[in-house]
Amino acid sequence: MKTNVLKISFASLLLTVAAICPSKSETQAAAIPEIIGSENAVLTDAPNVPPPITRTYATKVIVNLEVKEVTRRLADGVDYTFWTFGGSVPGKFIRIREGDEVEFHLANAPDSKMPHNIDLHAVSGPGGGAAASFVAPGHESQFTFTALNPGLYVYHCATAPVGMHIANGMYGLILVEPANGLPKVDKEFYIVQGEFYTAGKFGDPGLQPFDLDKAVDERPAYVVFNGAVGSLTDSNALTARVGEKIRFFVGNGGPNLVSSFHVIGNIFDTVYDEGGTTPIHNVQTTLIPAGGAAMVEFTPKVPGTYTFLDHSILRAFNKGCIGQLKVTGDANGAIFSGRQSDTIFTEPETNSVPAVKVEPVAAKPAKNSQSVPANATPAVAAQMESGRQVYQQICFVCHQPNGLGVPNQIPPLAGSDFLAHEKVELIRTLIQGRSGEIVVNGKKFSGIMVPQADLTDEQIANVLTFVRNNWNNSGDAVTADEVRAARAGAKPVAAANSFE
Amino acid sequence: MNFNAKTQRRDGARIGEIFLCCVLASLRFCVDSSAATNASIAPAGMVQIPAGVYRPLLKSKTDAAEIAVKSFYLDVEPVSNGEFLEFVRAHPQWQRSNVARLFADKSYLKNWAGDLEPGKNAPSNAPVTFVSWFAAKAYAQWKHERLPTIAEWELAANASATRADGENDPQFKAEILKWYCESSATEFLPVGVGGKNFYGVRDLHGLVWEWTADFNSAILSGDSRDDGADAKLFCGAGAQSARAVDDYPAFMRFAFRSSLKADYCIHNLGFRCAKDL
Repeated sequence: MKTNVLKISFASLLLTVAAICPSKSETQAAAIPEIIGSENAVLTDAPNVPPPITRTYATKVIVNLEVKEVTRRLADGVDYTFWTFGGSVPGKFIRIREGDEVEFHLANAPDSKMPHNIDLHAVSGPGGGAAASFVAPGHESQFTFTALNPGLYVYHCATAPVGMHIANGMYGLILVEPANGLPKVDKEFYIVQGEFYTAGKFGDPGLQPFDLDKAVDERPAYVVFNGAVGSLTDSNALTARVGEKIRFFVGNGGPNLVSSFHVIGNIFDTVYDEGGTTPIHNVQTTLIPAGGAAMVEFTPKVPGTYTFLDHSILRAFNKGCIGQLKVTGDANGAIFSGRQSDTIFTEPETNSVPAVKVEPVAAKPAKNSQSVPANATPAVAAQMESGRQVYQQICFVCHQPNGLGVPNQIPPLAGSDFLAHEKVELIRTLIQGRSGEIVVNGKKFSGIMVPQADLTDEQIANVLTFVRNNWNNSGDAVTADEVRAARAGAKPVAAANSFE
Repeated sequence: MNFNAKTQRRDGARIGEIFLCCVLASLRFCVDSSAATNASIAPAGMVQIPAGVYRPLLKSKTDAAEIAVKSFYLDVEPVSNGEFLEFVRAHPQWQRSNVARLFADKSYLKNWAGDLEPGKNAPSNAPVTFVSWFAAKAYAQWKHERLPTIAEWELAANASATRADGENDPQFKAEILKWYCESSATEFLPVGVGGKNFYGVRDLHGLVWEWTADFNSAILSGDSRDDGADAKLFCGAGAQSARAVDDYPAFMRFAFRSSLKADYCIHNLGFRCAKDL
């Protein structure tokens, strides 16, 4: 029976966790050093990281962390009630030094609905402190541990039902710096992946409750970095200069999925695999287990926008798991030339037609790329805004945020003559997808557009209205009724001419 | 019969009526004891819950899988601020400035304006919260009643609007879970606004957490995955011994109860009373 299988696998998962936890750090436990003085820990919200530790001795570090249950944005137009360590997802970054004695105060906000606790993977002791820190709403618990093992560790809530507490965002990272510190870098950032199991599908608007069935079946609607779609893109993108040495502290809160962390267009010079202390070099993609972490280091050599993602790629494409590092500075043609030519290629056996140079493709920024036409009615303006959200969640991945597409691969939507087609043709393209050759602005494209039939009638109407009235395009609004009609007509038996 | 004080209080808890109720309280005790001879008529504000079986969420190998629950009376609604005001009038040692710190932490009746004045943050008809287990128990004793046991509370709360075995109603469980997922209310709805369940009881879900007599009988470590010797609850390993590992609402109630100590006073924790037949 299906339910029995699920129960067994859930139980064995928990068994595994319980079995692993008590056994850590027996072999490497160092002698406890002398504790000198005390200080309050500096805690930061992602993507910020507390400053490196310059102390050369162990001290008593007092950590004050407050659990807060907050309702906030998960994606544009989508809210979720997160349970957090410190007010946001991931929880506060904690940075201490090997040998430090940590006096940990866990407060639970007076207006919390649930009791909570914390299991720090950096702790050597039963439950990682979970039982010792268990705390009712409006109360505060205290326990103390010595950080015996250096490394980058996940912490999370372990209150029953543990899966739901983690699924609601209760995780973060604690860094135990080695006694002699980490190598110096120019910039450090804090990134944690986690997935969310909402009752609605990706993008369904409104306050979305947790869906237990989806969580048990490991079918998240969202896989994101730092607790929300877009938390590290566009105006929230990370920034750096060419030549700066970058370190990402990357964690994976799960609760279920394993991350294949990758930065497009960069090779990790160094990875501290699984958050440990032994560096490995020249890595393309590093695996970060649920409840695990890694430190990755790289140096962008040429300017540009570098996207990082879970290379389980549909999570990036369809569920929100992407971030961006925008790098400015001087180009270096010796390392990367950019496009040097673009010619028509012909198969060898039919190569009677010589290769012909076509005009170089220069991506010009679109004018007024996000503006609503001055003459738009309020209703259309609302459609435009809602459509913009859909575009930024789904369409931009291929057609690009500026609507310019990708030369020779993805047709542009900005200033596109294809949009002059009948509305029903455009609607049908979204519902049914499209394959085969098309010509846009005089250029041929032959890719495949996947159907977006899961979008609601309103969402399709809104995003088409947005596209048809943006980037120097002009067209009248598309209505949900038109989409409904097209959808009805799109059923297999319906004749195509029923649209006209 | 009773003086139906509860109904009057629902109607707005006018101070005069409350005062009258207080004056009549001692008379009511006599009535209650005589009513006990006739078990089939529930005291005012209560309903009779038929005998049933409670299957604990979690149990050790030696625990019984099922606990027989005798028929009992249960308050239809949680105790309101207005009702609790009567109690502290009658027993000044339970007024906020008099209460012994041993029996209630410093959050006791924190949302009240004064010792005998619930005030705007604690409307008369809203559930009383910020009360300790000791205070709830004293209130019940004052009424010649008692707090329900976990088994009794869970038996009553397992009923959906239409059936006693709400555990087999996915919609019912999803609604409860949804409430647990929402942020805690800062202002509570009046007691009794929630719909009646199969037994005629209201607000067991969706309003406040509620004390039970034996809230600490199911002591657990606070670690969801503990496999310690006495960890019959909430263990990860213990998920094996859970009646239903997908009954998240039940897990949450057990987690909540086990986070409590008897002197705790919490913003969303109230209570209701039970009574033997």
